[in-house]
Amino acid sequence: MAAEGHAIDALGQFQLHTVGSFIGASVNFTQANLMMVLSAGVILALLHYGARPRAVVPGRLQALAELSYNFIHDMCTDQVGEEGRKFFPLVFTLFFFILIGNLIGVWPYAFTFTSHIATTFALALLVMVITTVVALRLHGWKFFSYFVPSGVPKLLLPLLVPIEILSYLSRLVSLSVRLFANMMAGHVMLEVFGAFIVMLGAAGMLFWAPAVVSLAVDVALIGFEFLVAVLQAYVFAVLTCIYLHDAVHLH
Amino acid sequence: MRRIAVVALVLLALPAAAMAEGMPQLDFKNPLTISQVVWLAIIFAILYQMLAHWALPQVAAVLEARAVAIGRDLDAAHQAKAESDAAVANLTAATQQAQAAAQAEIASAVAAAKEIAATQSVALHARLDAQLAEAEQRIDAARVAAMGALRQVATETATVMVTRLTGRAAAAGTVEAAVDDALAARSPG
Repeated sequence: MAAEGHAIDALGQFQLHTVGSFIGASVNFTQANLMMVLSAGVILALLHYGARPRAVVPGRLQALAELSYNFIHDMCTDQVGEEGRKFFPLVFTLFFFILIGNLIGVWPYAFTFTSHIATTFALALLVMVITTVVALRLHGWKFFSYFVPSGVPKLLLPLLVPIEILSYLSRLVSLSVRLFANMMAGHVMLEVFGAFIVMLGAAGMLFWAPAVVSLAVDVALIGFEFLVAVLQAYVFAVLTCIYLHDAVHLH
Repeated sequence: MRRIAVVALVLLALPAAAMAEGMPQLDFKNPLTISQVVWLAIIFAILYQMLAHWALPQVAAVLEARAVAIGRDLDAAHQAKAESDAAVANLTAATQQAQAAAQAEIASAVAAAKEIAATQSVALHARLDAQLAEAEQRIDAARVAAMGALRQVATETATVMVTRLTGRAAAAGTVEAAVDDALAARSPG
């Protein structure tokens, strides 16, 4: 019976494997990438079929497409300012790519591609590279004044400048780890409590009450996962906007 | 009791087992860990291009069309309002003009009537004055005539009475003088 302790394979769900038979295997196309293609397809379909009626008074799908558009558009202009319009497609792509990826990940048998640190790190790196390039283009060498806090004694600068540089670079870690850890933790919990349902049910203790409790926890966790899925996508997009604001305005 | 021990063991062993197995996400010996990022880059780039140049402009066009339609309707409404305002202003002006014209008409008519009345009354006064003067003249003439006749009658009467009373004729001058005195004493004013 002690072997059951190893029967809960909470991390096996994150194991990558190739899809698409030998063609997928030959180009290392994983199930995570399939979910990415699916998310991209969902986003493009939503906007295309939503915008197609071109109604002045929108139907449900059109209202959804317009709300999505306006939501990110307002986020860009509010957080970044008028210059934010240029970055609107980027923020839109990031937000909805992550959002739909997270939401599809809650679906049974689906895979959450945002639960891989490599993927979230790549997205965070993209944001960092873009914000840094934008800042350097707009401000040139003045960009490095970003690391020199204004209004502090010169004596403290040797201490503060490395801290500022470190905090700038730590955005990369916080942005990627936040998303990855949130998505992974939720799915581990789901898996663990799902295994509890089976194992405690099989143990048959207390009229299966522990199994029922585990099921209730899993139901609550699913709702929690939806919240986290939307929240983390929003946090990622908002932080991207804030970093873009810093890049455009330097404080 | 054995079952409880098993469950407790499972609960305790879980996090430890998870850590011991190692996360597939950190298994960089697996080529798929990096290959998924390469595919991510490709898929993300294609998605970005399609969104930026194909899907988002469609939604933007719908929003733009709505904004244009609303703006057009608002413009039309504003124009209609301006037109109706102008019409109302025209009406008010016309009403005021008509009122002013009517007032002027009434005033001029009243003035004309007053003028006519004034000239008529002046003429009437003149005529009445003339008639009055004429009448007064006639009265004066009649009085003078009457006074003249009265003097003659009085003189004659006095002469006859003196003759009857005294039996002789009075001197003509004396009687006339007495009558004149008496008349002068009685004549008014």
